[in-house]
Amino acid sequence: MILRYTFFRLLMLIPVSFSISVVIFMIVYLLPGDPIDNLLRVGSSAEDRAELVARYGLDRNLVVQYFVWIGNMFQGEFGQAIVLRRPVADLVAQNLPYSLTLGGLAFLFSSVVGMTLGTLSAIVRNPVLDRFMRGFILLGSTVPGFWLALLLILFFSVNLGWFPVSGAGGWDALVLPVLTIGFGGVALVARVTRVALLDAQREDFVTLLHAKGLSSGTILFRHLMPHALLPVVTILALRIGWILGGAVTVEFVFGRPGLGSLLIRALGQRDYPVVQACLLMLALAVMLGTLIGDVAQAAMDPRIREKKS
Amino acid sequence: MAIRSLDAFARMSIGRAFASGVGLVAGGFLILLVLVAIFAPWIAPFDYAAQNLMNANAAPGWPHLLGTDEFGRDVLSRVIHGARTSLSVSATAIAISMTAGMTLGAAAGYFGGFFERAVMTVVDLTWSFPDILIALIFVAIIGPGLTSTTFAIAIAYLAQFTRLTRAQIVRLKRETFIEATINLGAKPSHILLRHLMPNAIAPVIVVGMLAIGDGIVLEATLGFFGLGAQPPTPSWGAMMSSGTAQLFLSPWVIIFPGVAVAITVIAVNLFGDELIRALDIRDRLRGA
Repeated sequence: MILRYTFFRLLMLIPVSFSISVVIFMIVYLLPGDPIDNLLRVGSSAEDRAELVARYGLDRNLVVQYFVWIGNMFQGEFGQAIVLRRPVADLVAQNLPYSLTLGGLAFLFSSVVGMTLGTLSAIVRNPVLDRFMRGFILLGSTVPGFWLALLLILFFSVNLGWFPVSGAGGWDALVLPVLTIGFGGVALVARVTRVALLDAQREDFVTLLHAKGLSSGTILFRHLMPHALLPVVTILALRIGWILGGAVTVEFVFGRPGLGSLLIRALGQRDYPVVQACLLMLALAVMLGTLIGDVAQAAMDPRIREKKS
Repeated sequence: MAIRSLDAFARMSIGRAFASGVGLVAGGFLILLVLVAIFAPWIAPFDYAAQNLMNANAAPGWPHLLGTDEFGRDVLSRVIHGARTSLSVSATAIAISMTAGMTLGAAAGYFGGFFERAVMTVVDLTWSFPDILIALIFVAIIGPGLTSTTFAIAIAYLAQFTRLTRAQIVRLKRETFIEATINLGAKPSHILLRHLMPNAIAPVIVVGMLAIGDGIVLEATLGFFGLGAQPPTPSWGAMMSSGTAQLFLSPWVIIFPGVAVAITVIAVNLFGDELIRALDIRDRLRGA
């Protein structure tokens, strides 16, 4: 059953990724500015220009260019970066691990800390803790990421000297970026966990469990948690895209290598192939995130399997 | 519930949102902020663009209450003028986004069929993408500046309004009073404008109000990347961008615009929450 659902979800990805790839391909052609201009030396003739245009295949029909491009993509051949003059695949391979490490750690941080805080605030009925949690959640979902990053740098790197200001040297260079991206995630996950647990506590079956004399701990971990996990997993899967978005800003502020900082730099230099590759990778990550979320949801809740497949 | 007079209804619930303590403080702050933005030139103690290199990077004190930046410009005056830029860009963007989203969503929800499927496919595509990425792509296409920032924000939140409006319309179409109106032979335009929209609009307006907060953050982020307001126009994001170079020398240049963004967005959220409570629409927001 779950296999069939996964198969259908995978099939649905085909038209979606096709449209995304067309959009990404087209968007880049709408960008103003021409990278060929950046390459030409002062005093080059029209023939030099035509030769360069031909070398990068920019003179062919757009539809042909799309199919050549997408065909190459399938072979892991992302083309040549026009301004950086290196294979795009190399650039992506070089930057991807940094983004994956940062994103993965931020994801782990926000899910573990967020679920712990959310559970705590749902079971410990303390008005002071409640107020603190609500304030924290509000802050986490409203404060701009880059500002938080700057404040953290100011406090921890400049005043206390605990962590490096920028770069991607050792593990200590990861602490502040992970905290920055994770902060908003923690608040969101904590809120969803809290609401889900409070909702679940009101269900009739919980009253029954209490009446049967089960301990609160057993009820919480054996019965409430699986029930509450559903919305949390959904939010976490959707969060993958947002973590990547946050990574763009945070990589920029901390001067870390990564897909985000590569994308921003390439946007500034109008380096089409690099922009396309970065966007495709980010889009792929977002789609995989939603896919994992949907499948996890379906695995946990038979009602969704019935409705969607 | 069919609403006779949307106007009276809105006034009533806005009044109720102000009735609670939190609502009063947050709403009062927002009104004050709008007034400050409108009367910025008269309120700001200094000219926001006046440079004084002899007094660059001065710490907060007298007469520069929030200090000066690397050109000796008064930070307080720039924050006050920045409120103008940030609020007007975000409010304009959300107004455009809301209008377009309501039109698309209402048409998709009402007419259904191929049109609905086409619109929703595109909307769902952009929906899963982080708003900053959508905005970055758009700004890259038409170049940096405040106009493109406005449209970038509008596009980034379009999916949200389209989805929400469509969900309201689809839900309402099943109601008996709409079926009755259809069976009475009313024209689609009449049904949409006189019966569906007035009943669908409350959640959309509240989400729009909340989105103004998100828009301010997005405007600040684009400004921080140097893609929004261009110098010497003061905007909260652009101020922080130029302040980064002086982070260690004059942190106040970054701290105060950020505080302005944070307080404003928090006030928007708190007031939006009160509005949701006053209008009693929490359930209707969950559906989309």
